[in-house]
Amino acid sequence: MIDTAQSTNTDRAHSRGPAPDAGAMTTVHSSMASLYARRFLRHRFAAAGLVVLLVVILSALLAPVITQDPNALSASDRKAQPSSEHWLGTDEAGRDILARTIHGGRISLAVGITATGIALALGTLIGAISGYFGGIADAALMRLTDAFLCFPQLFVLIVFGTLIRTTDLRVLQGSMTPIAIIIGLLSWMGLARIVRATFLGLREQDYVDAARSVGAGNARIMFRHILPGAVGPIVVQATLLIAATIITESGLSYLGFGVQPPTSSWGNLLEGAKPFLQTLPVYAIAPGMMIFLTVMSINFVGDGLRDALDPHSQR
Amino acid sequence: MGAYIIRRTLWAIPLLLFVSIAVYGLLELSPGGPTSMYARRSTGLSAADLAQMEEALGLNDPFYVQYGRWLWHVVQGDFGMATTSARPVSDEIMDRLPNTIYLMAIAWAVSLMIAVPIGILSAIRQYSKFDHLVTALTFVGQSIPSYFLGLILLLVFYMRLDNPFSGSPLLPSGGVKTIGVDLSGWDMIWDRIKHLILPVAMLSATWIAWYSRFLRASMLETIHLDYVRTARAKGVRERVVILRHAFRNAAIPLVTIMALDLPLLFAGALYAEVIFSWPGMGRLFYQAAERRDYGLLMAIVMITSFLIIVGNLLADIAYRLLDPRIKLR
Repeated sequence: MIDTAQSTNTDRAHSRGPAPDAGAMTTVHSSMASLYARRFLRHRFAAAGLVVLLVVILSALLAPVITQDPNALSASDRKAQPSSEHWLGTDEAGRDILARTIHGGRISLAVGITATGIALALGTLIGAISGYFGGIADAALMRLTDAFLCFPQLFVLIVFGTLIRTTDLRVLQGSMTPIAIIIGLLSWMGLARIVRATFLGLREQDYVDAARSVGAGNARIMFRHILPGAVGPIVVQATLLIAATIITESGLSYLGFGVQPPTSSWGNLLEGAKPFLQTLPVYAIAPGMMIFLTVMSINFVGDGLRDALDPHSQR
Repeated sequence: MGAYIIRRTLWAIPLLLFVSIAVYGLLELSPGGPTSMYARRSTGLSAADLAQMEEALGLNDPFYVQYGRWLWHVVQGDFGMATTSARPVSDEIMDRLPNTIYLMAIAWAVSLMIAVPIGILSAIRQYSKFDHLVTALTFVGQSIPSYFLGLILLLVFYMRLDNPFSGSPLLPSGGVKTIGVDLSGWDMIWDRIKHLILPVAMLSATWIAWYSRFLRASMLETIHLDYVRTARAKGVRERVVILRHAFRNAAIPLVTIMALDLPLLFAGALYAEVIFSWPGMGRLFYQAAERRDYGLLMAIVMITSFLIIVGNLLADIAYRLLDPRIKLR
């Protein structure tokens, strides 16, 4: 799936589909979109991943509607085995495990998306400036990128976690936002390098000179003319980054340095479940499987996107 | 080449300063500080005692004074004292480091021994059933969070499966060896191996997935190159073509990503060490964070950061040495 394309011209011409009508812009767009969609869906794993991912996202969005109250305590029903009332049983405080797992998904997905959004914004901006202007700006920003790559990510996150656990600042307590922000701040470097490389290649193109000759400013050239050419690799990288940040957040919460209970996230559910691994294994398996399935689906989707958006791909 | 290495080494200094200021600042921001441990644990120390302790430890000085003092000692090779154990930080680290290197080196070796043949085979049999199976499994290996895999292994091999002869758990739940029993000879070795199986399995699963997938991709690039076809054309046996011609070049990128994994030999795999109570560096860091032992935290972060830089440099140098077409500037 990550094969290098040994493309032959016939194959490529074949996979391009019907020639777009150059006269009508909208036709070109829709046929390109449908081409990408077709290429993506031909990827069976990617299509399956997309379905699973949609189910996970939908369940997270609809959590308050489709599940019981995740924080409802029940003194009589502690550590109950799965039953018709509690499909996955209850935890040590009598809370419904299924409800907590599905609600935990809201937090874990939100952290993944927020952190990736921050990394995406930073990485694109830094990579774009670096690749477009070159010179001193490039040198300075790339040294900054190097510096951020020297952080032992997990260790720094744990140190940050100790701050979160002890701080008196209300804004930092019991919320997933600071964790999402710090994960984002530590994750933009790969994107910056990719964006920079694409910008370096594209800034010498004739169409960029053409845009400049009709008076387009730097910002306009960067974001309206060059950036669209870099969208493919950025989308792929960002997709995979969501998976990576979900794993990071869950791990951090599993260690107790991430999202703090009673707010449930997949990671801190796993932590809560560890003492009951012997008697109530489903308690750990439910959130663990959710992380695993979500991350694998995202990885499949990312891989499918890579093939679909890569102009050299023949599949 | 020499000038390049010197320049890169000198550049490491500002990088390390940057990392140290950032992490030191982060620790400084958390309220309470190292003495909050004693306050929470009702040690019988009064507020006045704690204040005196803070004064003695210099915790009331401004940030730059504390940082400067720390830096001055570190430059002289002194990481200070671990606040909870009152032992030098370097002693704490030296106690744990052998365990980490032992675990990580074995896990690394096992991963390579499995990943290399898998990567080669799935590349030369591209799109075969074996290749599809490997691809699916590498996706699983890359997607399963290691801590979840660790819990599953613990559940199955410690909690659920029993040794059919003795009735005790099939594999131990953690530690380096059975404590309190004096074993020698083969019994000792077997005991050690039993303790290694689960953490090594947990660590290798991810590594094997990454390494084999990576090697498959780079093998696919090389086996279609002209020089490989030439080797075949002049009648070299297929086995030799693959192993001596194609694999040698395909392994170059693999060597470099292995160099990038070097810091793990020191830092350990935190999750594996925490889950399997492995007395190594990762668990030491975790415990230091729980106890807010700043000296210990800083030392481990800085050494790991240093090794990340060294690993990067080694990766570049290895690339240069193995592939003469690449020039370092």
